[in-house]
Amino acid sequence: MKSFNYHAPKDVKDATKLASSSSAFLAGGMTTIPSMKLGLASYKDVIDIKKIKKLSGIKVSGKTVTIGATTKHVEVATSKDVKKAIPALAKLAGNIGDAQVRNRGTIGGSISNNDPSACYPSACMALNAVIHTNKRKIDAEKFFTGMFETALKSGELVEAVEFQIPEKADYQKHPNPASRYAIIGVFVAKHKKDVNVAVTGAKSCVYIDKDLSKKLSSNFSVSSIEGTDVKSSGMNSDMHASAEYRANLVSLYAKKAVEAC
Amino acid sequence: MASLVGSRVERKEDGRFLQGRGRYTADINIANQTYAVFVRSPHARAKIKSVDTSKALKSSGVVGVLTGKEIAEDKIGGLIAGWAIRSEDGSEMKVPANPPLAKDIANFVGEPIAVVFAETLDEAKEGAEKVKVDYKVLKAVVDPADAMKSEAIHDGVDKNLCYDWLLGDRKAVDEAFAKADKIIKVDLINNRLVPNAMEPRACVVDYNTASEEITLYTTSQNPHLSRLVMSAFGNVAPENKLRVVAPDVGGGFGSKINVYNEEIVCSWASKKIERPIKWVAERTESFLTDTHGRDHVTHAELAVTNDGKFLGFKNETIANLGAYARVFGTVTPTYLFGPCATGVYVIPAAYSNVKAVYTNTAPVDAYRGAGRPEATYTIERLVEKAAMELGIDKTEIRMKNFPTQFPFKQTLVHTVDSGDYVAGLEKAKQMADYAGFEARRKKSEANGKLRGIGVSSYFEACGIAPSAAVMSLGCGVGLWESAEVRFNPTGQISVFTGAHSHGQSHDTTFAQIAADELGVPMENIDVVHGDTDKGTFGMGTYGSRSLTVGGIAIVNACKKIVAKGKRVAAKMLEVNEDEIEFKDGEFVALKSNKKKTIGEVAFACYLPGQRDEMKSPIPEGDEPGLIESSFFDPANFSFPAGSHICEVEIDPDTGNVKVEKYTAVDDFGRIVNPMIVEGQVHGGIAQGIGQALHENTQYDETGQLMTASYMDYTMPRADNFPEFNLGFTCTHATSNPLGVKGCGEAGAIASPPTVMNAVIDALGGQEISMPATAEKVWKACKAMKKSNAKAA
Ligand SMILES: Cc1cc2nc3c(=O)[nH]c(=O)nc-3n(C[C@H](O)[C@H](O)[C@H](O)COP(=O)(O)OP(=O)(O)OC[C@H]3O[C@@H](n4cnc5c(N)ncnc54)[C@H](O)[C@@H]3O)c2cc1C
Repeated sequence: MKSFNYHAPKDVKDATKLASSSSAFLAGGMTTIPSMKLGLASYKDVIDIKKIKKLSGIKVSGKTVTIGATTKHVEVATSKDVKKAIPALAKLAGNIGDAQVRNRGTIGGSISNNDPSACYPSACMALNAVIHTNKRKIDAEKFFTGMFETALKSGELVEAVEFQIPEKADYQKHPNPASRYAIIGVFVAKHKKDVNVAVTGAKSCVYIDKDLSKKLSSNFSVSSIEGTDVKSSGMNSDMHASAEYRANLVSLYAKKAVEAC
Repeated sequence: MASLVGSRVERKEDGRFLQGRGRYTADINIANQTYAVFVRSPHARAKIKSVDTSKALKSSGVVGVLTGKEIAEDKIGGLIAGWAIRSEDGSEMKVPANPPLAKDIANFVGEPIAVVFAETLDEAKEGAEKVKVDYKVLKAVVDPADAMKSEAIHDGVDKNLCYDWLLGDRKAVDEAFAKADKIIKVDLINNRLVPNAMEPRACVVDYNTASEEITLYTTSQNPHLSRLVMSAFGNVAPENKLRVVAPDVGGGFGSKINVYNEEIVCSWASKKIERPIKWVAERTESFLTDTHGRDHVTHAELAVTNDGKFLGFKNETIANLGAYARVFGTVTPTYLFGPCATGVYVIPAAYSNVKAVYTNTAPVDAYRGAGRPEATYTIERLVEKAAMELGIDKTEIRMKNFPTQFPFKQTLVHTVDSGDYVAGLEKAKQMADYAGFEARRKKSEANGKLRGIGVSSYFEACGIAPSAAVMSLGCGVGLWESAEVRFNPTGQISVFTGAHSHGQSHDTTFAQIAADELGVPMENIDVVHGDTDKGTFGMGTYGSRSLTVGGIAIVNACKKIVAKGKRVAAKMLEVNEDEIEFKDGEFVALKSNKKKTIGEVAFACYLPGQRDEMKSPIPEGDEPGLIESSFFDPANFSFPAGSHICEVEIDPDTGNVKVEKYTAVDDFGRIVNPMIVEGQVHGGIAQGIGQALHENTQYDETGQLMTASYMDYTMPRADNFPEFNLGFTCTHATSNPLGVKGCGEAGAIASPPTVMNAVIDALGGQEISMPATAEKVWKACKAMKKSNAKAA
């Protein structure tokens, strides 16, 4: 690993002041540290944001659950408040990677990284989340812009993610047997007016499956999406799963999620 | 005193391992050490046009940079193939030179080209980045099945063929096939595996400028063998100026048998730069450069009668050696594979033909089971298919062809001294509730799942030795094992062994057998291994040989101690030697019942005199001291055998395979420590399930390893396994005085076909290749649905 300056600011202002084009925020480090060790990334300044108290914690209001950026997966998975308000979100967090990853990885790191097979982005999309940064609020559908790409500007810091509490929701994932990331993950959320089916792992970036969402919005039952032909075109094909297999899993796991709701 | 052999003694080594107190190579630091980083080929096949080290040499903290040019100038030898195999036409195998640092051509991704030494690891890495290698990239040969049709990658190795070997009688096989009612055929791929020892390879070298001795601390399964090879072939230093220490080693599975490039280079360089050197592999380096396992492409056939009798067997295999032939690389797909490919059956005619080819991939060598898992997979897939095609129960067809007489002269090479295959399979059936399977299948079906059951019966030849036998088959060294038992004057005992423990629990097992022989508490015994400066000599640990060869050397050395002790005790007790009985650590004069403990005798051996009297307890013809050694060379291999039964459940929607039940009944002869043996079987089955369902080494067509990290290479994990259900039948081996057979590899040998037979059973007989990943299984389920629909 190349040497770098390590900073551990106590507040957001100091953190963002230190940020530059050759810096990185460090949250759980589950992605950043391996990429630095493998020489895939190197930074002049590494800004550890875990000491910023304000960035961590879970708040539930009447309609939303707000999770601070440096809140760890294990904290979301075991939070009584999350389990009560959005059990699907706690379940999602509890199935990320393995125990070591859950004990360090954070929600802010996960969504900022926007790995095409990460779990949280699908929850953000399905639960109409709003991403709070030090500068603005961004709707989830505008936040995830492409493979490992987000709407974040250089030096912009995610402070929290605010999820809308649905009537019902569930997350179903087919894990990559090696890494245990999602080969595909389907987050189904039934809100008062409509239903969102968000899919991760299948394409280069998380997306809402409009067809499945529409069918479930008019009739929230397994039978309404039975036989839906999820197209494999545009889906990822790699040594772990072909596009055809992924397409099969999307429709299968959508049904499983609806069943579990 | 109760016998320790046979009891579940807790492991002596657990304390240090579980508390993080082990001392591994990477834990060793030497004052003033430098750090080595290797410059490795990023290409699978490329001419090395030039290597420019000038910028690296100027880089901060860099102490030295060495390349293939310097190592060639110093006439340091390369890596070697340990077994000479002859082709069917009588010609010798073709082995290309394998220099420790490639000078003219690189033949696989990760092959070392140069090395940089620096004051810190970071500086060494920076320096390595500044070594400029100019390559001319050539088209890589990757697929073993195409290798013979591709451009030759080594000078003088026509068609990339190392050898075209035959064992058996083609004519007899043709005649047998002509008489058959049916020929069963399979086309198999035995998937390449990356060993993934928990501890990556490492070495620390200390050159003593005063004594001119090199001390190499390294992650080796066989330190004496490493020293021998580095001295005799590597020209690194004479054996008396080279000390090799393999301290705690965190798993080997065969991948730490070889003397590797890095060990040779660092040992040579330490003398050159007159500084200690430390090198520790990163995980990616382990993936790229540890020797891999398996990688066979096989077509095999079994000739059968309608009532299920086996008449003949043929096996045509292409074995991938990777880029170079290494220590066990050439014997693994021949003598460790071919003879076992006829399995536990009486088959009157058989042959195995193996073409070993070079490709631009990491070298392939012994990996837990080495050849015998490939053999068992071949025959057990055939037998299961025969049962299916003939409509005979899969256990019945096996029973029908088992030998019932022992010794059993197996078709191709071995004479199996003891066993009871029928009893093993009967016991496995009972433990697995084989009879109740159909009911369980129906229950799964009712839940929309497919359930399958698979059986495999195996035998294997391990306890790798008899020297005369292995040397007749081309081995370059004798494979005996040695031991030395040393009593200290105050009664503690050091047992030196040439075997090496890297997970096998020798500290415990060997102490148990020595304690029983000497009648002393286990706590008094220290097992010492892994240092060429301690103990006599040794061939190391692989091929399930430690107990059956090394353990027996300990027993024999202990017997010599007792024999001498008897003579000394007789003199001390003033009786004839034949009036002394040794029991529970005491020499008893039978008539008078006077006794001396073995501790008293040992003390007397070291202090042979007493005040005011001219008197010695040492009989005439004996010398003072109580130290005995033994070299044991058994008369035969040992032949563990058994039957495993597996049940899987498949979710046809996802293709996920769940191993629901796994039963293993093994015959390891006499069992020294059941707990340790169970641990070995668990580990072996886990690796076999890994091979069958998960581990999927993939190179792309340019020879890049696609699965070079745990993000992509699937290691099996605890939640992939059910509780293993283990049973034992114990027919004692006749080739050694303890009656023991090797147990280290059996689990990995028997389990891949057991699991695959279950998967294929669930899929209605559809062939599917290892690893049976979810997607492959899903596709097979879809095909099955289609054909079922057509039928209906
Ligand atoms: C073996 C393994 C398995 C995994 N499995 C899964 C899985 O199943 N599902 C899943 O969803 N994820 C999985 N992950 C990802 C993991 O859960 C983490 O979420 C992810 O690695 C990043 O989070 P982190 O907190 O470690 O971020 P870091 O590695 O610290 O940072 C990642 C990136 O985000 C930036 N960043 C971090 N925090 C902020 C912030 N507040 N504002 C702006 N930018 C920020 C960093 O600068 C960096 O570029 C896995 C990871 C590993 C290593």
